[in-house]
Amino acid sequence: MSKKVSKEEKKNRKKVKPGRLAKREALVGIAFISPWIIGALMFLIYPLVMSFWYSLNNIRITPRGLMFRNVGIGNFTQILMADVKFPVTLADYVISTIASVPIIVVFALMIAIMLNQDVKGRGIFRLIFFLPVIIVSGPILGMLNDEGAGSVTAIDIQAITKAIEDTLPGSIAEPISSLFENMITILWYSGVQILIFLSSLQKIDRSMYEAAKIDGGSGWECFWKITLPTIKPMILLNCVYTIVFISNNDQNAIIELIKNSMFSGTQEKGYGYASAMAWLYSIVVLLIVGLFALAFVAQKDVYAKQVKKAKKARKKEQRELKRVGRRSARHAKKREREQAKQH
Amino acid sequence: MQKREKENKQNSTNGQAVAVAKRSKFNKDKFRKFMLGTKEKQGFLKVFCIYALLICIGFIYVNPILHMISRSFMSLNDLLDSSVNWIPSAIDLSNYAQAAKSMDFWSSLGKSIIIAGVPTICNLISCSIIGYGLARFEFPGRGAVLGIILFTFILPSQITMISTYLLYTNMGILGTLWAFILPALFGMGINAPIFILIFWQFFRQVPKVLIEAAQIDGAGYLKSFFKISLPSAAPAIITVSLFSFVWYWNESYLTELYVSGVKVKTGWTSLVIQLDNFATNYSAYAQTATGGATRLNESINMAGTMLSVLPLMLMYFVLQRYFVESIDRTGITGE
Repeated sequence: MSKKVSKEEKKNRKKVKPGRLAKREALVGIAFISPWIIGALMFLIYPLVMSFWYSLNNIRITPRGLMFRNVGIGNFTQILMADVKFPVTLADYVISTIASVPIIVVFALMIAIMLNQDVKGRGIFRLIFFLPVIIVSGPILGMLNDEGAGSVTAIDIQAITKAIEDTLPGSIAEPISSLFENMITILWYSGVQILIFLSSLQKIDRSMYEAAKIDGGSGWECFWKITLPTIKPMILLNCVYTIVFISNNDQNAIIELIKNSMFSGTQEKGYGYASAMAWLYSIVVLLIVGLFALAFVAQKDVYAKQVKKAKKARKKEQRELKRVGRRSARHAKKREREQAKQH
Repeated sequence: MQKREKENKQNSTNGQAVAVAKRSKFNKDKFRKFMLGTKEKQGFLKVFCIYALLICIGFIYVNPILHMISRSFMSLNDLLDSSVNWIPSAIDLSNYAQAAKSMDFWSSLGKSIIIAGVPTICNLISCSIIGYGLARFEFPGRGAVLGIILFTFILPSQITMISTYLLYTNMGILGTLWAFILPALFGMGINAPIFILIFWQFFRQVPKVLIEAAQIDGAGYLKSFFKISLPSAAPAIITVSLFSFVWYWNESYLTELYVSGVKVKTGWTSLVIQLDNFATNYSAYAQTATGGATRLNESINMAGTMLSVLPLMLMYFVLQRYFVESIDRTGITGE
């Protein structure tokens, strides 16, 4: 009985103070995500701050524990100026990523569009194209690439790589030709992307295509004017996913380099040096992601552009009309005055 | 009745006659229609092209796997024989036996399952709770939390790797499974941002009316989570557990760093890490083996790769429906 009363009271109170329930809900919500908050503090914020602090230090492992010696930005300058491997590997990584992300995404889109047609046995094809997601991991890819299973045997790879090396300057040619050498394993990265594209393609409203067809649009036009703008957010998502995947993959030479320098016994390397490397690397990865995001966000919609253009034109017309109106009014007044003078 | 049947018959014969007449009049226009298709029907040429491309690309796609399978069965003679390209002259299982022995297959398999499975369960628990909190409740800073989650997805794990390594060393959990369990429990496991977003997306679709009705009937927040939201999120649970398992299984970089040890090996290892150190493992095995150990060759390499891939492949073929439909169901692509 008393419980009932208290419940009713609560309800009444809720009515009087409308912010009450919302407040409690907010508290419960924060309680639900509290594991994440603890996790973020412990495994994200704290390590981030510490790793920045480490990157400014030279750290040596002694029997009594870690010895810190503040070197300022010494680690960074040393990596960029004196390190033999890191800048080169980083440049290779940037070039090969920027080159391979469009390849992977366009390939995934192509496959998804083909699978989206009325294809019999779509299930089997999906099975095949998704298979690499399951087995793709650093050591396995490394093994397959070492044994030469990663290249397309039917195509003369050496001719392509030679042509690339002849035409492009050496620093760019090497990562790109290695791209061709491991073509299959690069295409293997596109399993998830294909499925993302496929499911977003299937969600496009059929009636849009029908309307376009009635207006005489060809399949090609439909692709550029309907399909592509609709799945544009998915393209960005896939680009980001691909970049993240490539940069966390074991096949990536830089993260191996960071690990090696982390455990190298030399005096100038070690935890501090590796932290500085990791910071540089992360900034580069974020920049690449930002670059792709910018390329997609900056490009405005075709229709938005056309609407803007039309609006501008209309405004100009109106201005012109007004001007004409004003001028004619002025003329009329002038004539009136002249007529009045004559009279 | 009979009359109608007769009529029908007549009609059909008429239709046949017309069809025959049409077929016999094979002209250019019809050929063109057949090849290029009409508005209603896809042309033969297009269909043919799509199938040809799909089959070709599909073949190229699985080519490394086929290569691996065929090589793993080859004996040394077949490897050297240039006339043997795809199909080995005799199936040689000794490669597998040797690779399995050098990888310590069964114990590595068990450890792999634990290393991938336990953090997966932790991920499932933490990510579902966090995703529910984000989807169901309004609180200040929710947008910021979502933003940080997205940001952590993009941020390479290397940046926090070294300080986390030292943190684990100080906590004394380096080289134990806790180094994987603890972050997973707090929603910071491998690829946890994706899983949180999947759950978030899913719980947003649970109608709010349902939860409110449950609350009016006296269900608390926890009860409405466990009894109503969670059961309706079965597809998300399946997706997250499959992907989490696969990703933990395939992760070798962080596993080696945190759990199995880079220089000083702890007892923990997984098949993928065994494969990573295959050459050194194999040479160690070959020294201790009492005769019969051949030198490391391509076949043994491929057999080792095959062995480390096999468990996941089997799992994939058994559960393929869930894998392939997973992305459709999670609603990543929006509604």
